[in-house]
Amino acid sequence: MSDHHPTGIKRWLFTTNHKDIGTMYLWFSFVMFLTGGAMAMVIRAELYQPGLQFVEPAFFNQMTTMHGLIMVFGAVMPSMVGLANWLIPMQIGAPDMALPRMNNWSFWILPFAFTMLLSSLFMEGGAPNFGWTFYAPLSTTYAPPSTDFFIFGVHMMGISSIMGAINVIVTVFNMRAPGMTLMKMPLFVWTWLITAFLLIMVMPVLAGAVTMMLTDRHFGTSFFDAAGGGDPVMFQHIFWFFGHPEVYIMILPAFGVVSEIIPAFSRKKLFGYSSMVYATASIALLSFIVWAHHMFATGMPVAGELFFMIATMLIAVPTGVKIFNWVATMWQGSLTFETPMLFSISFVILFTIGGFSGVMLAMAPVDFQYHDTYFVVAHFHYVLFPGAIFGTTAAVYFWLPKWTGKMYNETLGKIHFWMSMVFVNLTFFPMHFSGLAGMPRRIPDYNMMFAEFNMWASIGAFGLGLTQIFFLVTIIMAIRNGKKAEDKQWDGATGLEWDALPSPVPYHTFATPPKVD
Amino acid sequence: MADNSEKETNKPLLIRLVAIIGGMFLFAYALVPLYNVFCDITGINGKTRGQALYQNVEIDKQRVVTVEFLTNVNRGMPWEFRSLVKSIKVHPGELNEVQFYAKNRSKQDIVGQTIPSVSPGEAALYLNKTECFCFDQQRLKAGEEVDMVVKFYLDADLPKDINRLTLSYQLFNVSDSFKFEVATSK
Amino acid sequence: MAFQRKLVAGLISLLGIMLSSGLHAAADMNMRPGVTETSIAAYDLHMMVIWVMVWVSVAVFGAMIYSFIFHRKSKHPVPATFSHSTKVEFIWTIIPIIILIYLTIPAIKLLIKMEDASDSEMSVQVTGSQWKWHYKYLDQDISFYSNLSTPPEQYEDFDHQGTDKGENYLLEVDNMVVLPINTKIRFLVTADDVIHSWWVPEIAVKKDAIPGFINETWTNIPTPGIYRGQCTELCGKNHGFMPIVIKAVSKADFTAWVDTKNAEKKAAADAAAAAAAASWDMDKLMALGETTYKSTCAGCHGVTGEGIQGLFPALKGSPIATGPVAAHMGIVVHGPSSKKMPAFGAVLTDAQLAAVITYERNAWGNSTGDMVQPSDIQAFKAGN
Repeated sequence: MSDHHPTGIKRWLFTTNHKDIGTMYLWFSFVMFLTGGAMAMVIRAELYQPGLQFVEPAFFNQMTTMHGLIMVFGAVMPSMVGLANWLIPMQIGAPDMALPRMNNWSFWILPFAFTMLLSSLFMEGGAPNFGWTFYAPLSTTYAPPSTDFFIFGVHMMGISSIMGAINVIVTVFNMRAPGMTLMKMPLFVWTWLITAFLLIMVMPVLAGAVTMMLTDRHFGTSFFDAAGGGDPVMFQHIFWFFGHPEVYIMILPAFGVVSEIIPAFSRKKLFGYSSMVYATASIALLSFIVWAHHMFATGMPVAGELFFMIATMLIAVPTGVKIFNWVATMWQGSLTFETPMLFSISFVILFTIGGFSGVMLAMAPVDFQYHDTYFVVAHFHYVLFPGAIFGTTAAVYFWLPKWTGKMYNETLGKIHFWMSMVFVNLTFFPMHFSGLAGMPRRIPDYNMMFAEFNMWASIGAFGLGLTQIFFLVTIIMAIRNGKKAEDKQWDGATGLEWDALPSPVPYHTFATPPKVD
Repeated sequence: MADNSEKETNKPLLIRLVAIIGGMFLFAYALVPLYNVFCDITGINGKTRGQALYQNVEIDKQRVVTVEFLTNVNRGMPWEFRSLVKSIKVHPGELNEVQFYAKNRSKQDIVGQTIPSVSPGEAALYLNKTECFCFDQQRLKAGEEVDMVVKFYLDADLPKDINRLTLSYQLFNVSDSFKFEVATSK
Repeated sequence: MAFQRKLVAGLISLLGIMLSSGLHAAADMNMRPGVTETSIAAYDLHMMVIWVMVWVSVAVFGAMIYSFIFHRKSKHPVPATFSHSTKVEFIWTIIPIIILIYLTIPAIKLLIKMEDASDSEMSVQVTGSQWKWHYKYLDQDISFYSNLSTPPEQYEDFDHQGTDKGENYLLEVDNMVVLPINTKIRFLVTADDVIHSWWVPEIAVKKDAIPGFINETWTNIPTPGIYRGQCTELCGKNHGFMPIVIKAVSKADFTAWVDTKNAEKKAAADAAAAAAAASWDMDKLMALGETTYKSTCAGCHGVTGEGIQGLFPALKGSPIATGPVAAHMGIVVHGPSSKKMPAFGAVLTDAQLAAVITYERNAWGNSTGDMVQPSDIQAFKAGN
């Protein structure tokens, strides 16, 4: 097959090529990452010192809401789908994704969904202001008119994620090269397969929740309105039934990335491959029975609290297995510390810290003191930033030579890493302290006793914002003027994409399936 | 590039996946009745049950339980609403009657709906109402007032550690949507 | 430069944070143990988990750092080839389970204790309402609203001049919740609009206030003192501005406070009757109206009555403030049918209501000339 393809705008609009679509997903998520990041800058500027200096509380709430929604649905999830598009066909020896046209739609829905969501910022009454968890009745009876745009936006991104997930499942089940048995698949493919199942299980539930909101708002139903026999707490149950698996949707693919990179730079096989697969699957299964740990303060019966507390703590076991396996992979390896490895190592360390605060939050009697404070904010940023974002960043550095045939500048990469490492901790570590000291989340102003921690968090956040610009420059420089990459850029790397394909990968790959033994 | 034979192999899997997706969307709706059943069994949120009958109920004269009455008026409801007594002491099994008073202080006719809630939540399972204004909506003309009654008894097997419970009524203005049927979980 | 000084001070303090390992450093970096039996138990459990986590991190990160140093390529050029060990994997599945059981047992015990509100000696109903708390002492027949008392001049700093802030900035209220010590007090928590959450860290009580439902929680405070907390569930615009302040006093002082409150209630009723009987002139109504408007209404409708487009309607030139008086009174006293605004009939006195309605009808170029007297409000409330 020739390496010919259409050029210009048509190439991108009509493409069904998994590499093009992967590239578009990655750039889209980066644009969203900067957009959500800009909102974080507004939040941190306002919180830099006590008093209201820059924005009204009403706008502040719009910023926290939009920051959360854009980062979760616009930055993290599409970046993972982008990686899946690029890597899964190459890693299992398939010529493309199984449903290429659906692949095109699932990407092109996203820009429209987010234009819709972002346009609400300019509407009368402002953007959604009820937090990314949109608890009823604040998001129903008391919400601004733009909420309907938010609801349709969520529907569209939900459809996009579902189509992406279907594509992954069908590709993995039907398109593997001969000899590529399930238990031979790279761990990235495994974690994404499990993620895809989580997606098709929970995104429809989210769609149901927002549809109920819509009918409550306009068509006289009372799912979440006590006056009509409904119950606002039920909204939280439905939301978190989606929401808890959702956090694993965001992190599992990053687990997969790290499980590829650590062995490559340890020059040693991944320790405990099959236990990694089983651990990932058990995390995914457990994620369906822990949702109410977000709701300990809503007044559950003791038996319910006990159940959700214990189930949640159990998640620490498979997560621990994964962390121990990564450490054991490095143990007695032959380690070098290139940029992807540095990001992966800090992923393991910082994610572990986020896991520790997770265990603390799981303990219901103490959770009453942590719940809805900055301690929670610190916790989920520790699992999401060094987790999902560092994971994606590591993946970009690791596979960029394969994708583009160009090497990034290692010095710039290392500078990027150290900036990220310093500023991530400077931003989010002090939030543990302000939370423990008693600062609730989602407030635009606070007592002086929280001032110092907030100042540090803000300084860290501005640094972290700059770091992303630095990242962008590093990547553009690599793509434009990078040194030519070798076919097997990393001597410890394994897998079909390194062993059977040149760098850069041709537009069409594996027209005849490779042989896997 | 999937050729036709590949499309055929994808089909059964696709059908199954789409079925899962449809099923999960319906499951979100199924969570609504499931949640109500769950509440009914465990007493989450202190939702009380529907109308009960007072027949052959054993009275436990040894035990005295204090029942408090709370009334709250939701936002946008211009009614006065209170119980005539703040609390009563009852024997489990005994049928009790409590009067509530409501007055529409606005210039419009308004339909009100009261929503009961019991605390502690598990006590809701042992509180049986044979008659309650919360089973119906009230329509009061401007300036109209009304005395309303609730009749209830506590099950004799109310857990021993509950010696004080609260029956709360929150009054909502449902004039906008009073045609809408109120769900059964009152 | 103030900023540079802050920067230097901050850098030094950050160094301090890192050196002191964040555990036994300044008291305001850690959870406060609080004063009640349950809050201290929660704190102890918190510290127990932290120490367990510290030891686990020492082991895990220690092994990693050892690897970084001794298994780097320059020192260890030939990697080992092992890739699994059932025995090791079994051990590190079992050890976390044991640690978790060790942590769960005290947590279960504490949780059961915290959720047991039986045998309480008094009940207080706590109602969250955008953006204030309403307290009702069921056994003492006292009820009052508790609003943020920090004036807007302290927190509004949009001109970047900096403001002087009091010590309890944003954590102070006009009416504190006075509670007797050594008494098991049951709180019945609910809301009349959106979900709020009532949290006072020093007594380790946090309960969501859910419209239509009541939640139960309790405390028993052993030491007199003032304990401050905040709303912890996003409840709209002024979520950050609805603090909770508890003042725990001896039982005798509590009885005295109840008597004062009841006497005040009577005096207020008399004053209201007197105010209603009196006829107020325009200046007096406008003066009281302006102060009431600024403290109660300006937060949403703006000091100049312009509101925020799409969220909070303007009053300047609006049909509400220039149309029929009865409709205007209805909205202020009972709240609008849209439920977007709370009812103020029970929050403000009749005189304040009359004054603020008069003010809204005659300020910012609304020149209806209408005067609403406290007696009008009284008559309106009676439904006549």
